[in-house]
Amino acid sequence: MFSGEQVAGLLKELGVTHVITVPDSTIGRWEAAIEQSGSVRLVRVCREGEAWQVAAGLHLGGATPLVMIQCTGLFESGDALRNVLHDWKLPVFAIIGYRSYLDQAKLPGDTCLVFTEPVLDAWRIDYRLITSPSQLDVIRGHYLDCRDSGRAGAALIAE
Amino acid sequence: MTTAPIAPNSEARMPLVPALETLRRARRDDEVVITTMGSAREWMKFGAPHALDIILVPSSMGHGTSIGLGLALARPDRRIIVCSGDGSLLMNLGSLASIVAAKVPNLVVLVFDNGVYEVTGQQPTAAASSGRADGRAADFPGIARACGFDSVHRFTDAAEWAANARNVLDAAGPTFVALHVAPVVGGIAPHSPGPAPARAQAFRKALGASSRAPARDLP
Repeated sequence: MFSGEQVAGLLKELGVTHVITVPDSTIGRWEAAIEQSGSVRLVRVCREGEAWQVAAGLHLGGATPLVMIQCTGLFESGDALRNVLHDWKLPVFAIIGYRSYLDQAKLPGDTCLVFTEPVLDAWRIDYRLITSPSQLDVIRGHYLDCRDSGRAGAALIAE
Repeated sequence: MTTAPIAPNSEARMPLVPALETLRRARRDDEVVITTMGSAREWMKFGAPHALDIILVPSSMGHGTSIGLGLALARPDRRIIVCSGDGSLLMNLGSLASIVAAKVPNLVVLVFDNGVYEVTGQQPTAAASSGRADGRAADFPGIARACGFDSVHRFTDAAEWAANARNVLDAAGPTFVALHVAPVVGGIAPHSPGPAPARAQAFRKALGASSRAPARDLP
């Protein structure tokens, strides 16, 4: 979908200071470029619920964090989402890998396709589905809209 | 200060409130203190909160250490002190590995280990001697050491904790401190001290963190 350099460049342009991540096979390939960019610090956590809370702490401290996880990790994140986005109303943005959206051969019948978007809707997360490499601008625009209005959001990256 | 291992299932325990009073006395004015569950409940009884207190109520149980990690990364100029419980820490043990991975010398994790889920009626945790088939308690300082914490401490006595607290807080971190405390009889879940979004904004202001836009409700 996107190269690591494209993503690292976008994050730099948007002023993101920290990316908190548990990788998957797509977004994990961006790690090296993000680390080498020098402008964004990668923070590795052990499970995705942790990522939202680390982002919460970064936001409270005045940094500009972004969560980068797979949709399976979104499912894991439930109580952290509830607390960070709805109890404390912290405007954390996420890039979420959408497993099996483009390639259903590897995991036929992958239930990620059944649950990912309904779960995002259930948590009232305003997201944009990114299915083409031409849509980097959509991520940029949505991020800026969310940032400027002080609300959480996500870009859902088809994999 | 007890840095040498003692029996993890030692029953020696200090009362919770004096342990927190020690922290309150030792805490410097520019230090952030995050309290959760039982520690939040008792901390609020001490009076008006400090501007750099985060009373993590409501919470996602166990995530105080993760919020502390984020704050420590954002503000390396500040010491961040997280008060967790043993039940809470068990829900987010991986955060100890994340903390060490991030190399945050300004983060202190205090674990008030009472061996039970206090606010739900004092059921034993899976780490407590009374909650395990073999009767051997899990060794939290040992877990922290194994994750890579170099500054690890354990206290079972209130006077010993009081005598060493400031030195422990000042150590190059990340620092892990297990405080063996007695469960509070009848201890209930803490009440929220007020709307969380407003407290978040006030905290950011007190910390000097800029705010681009006020937090807004999701649809």
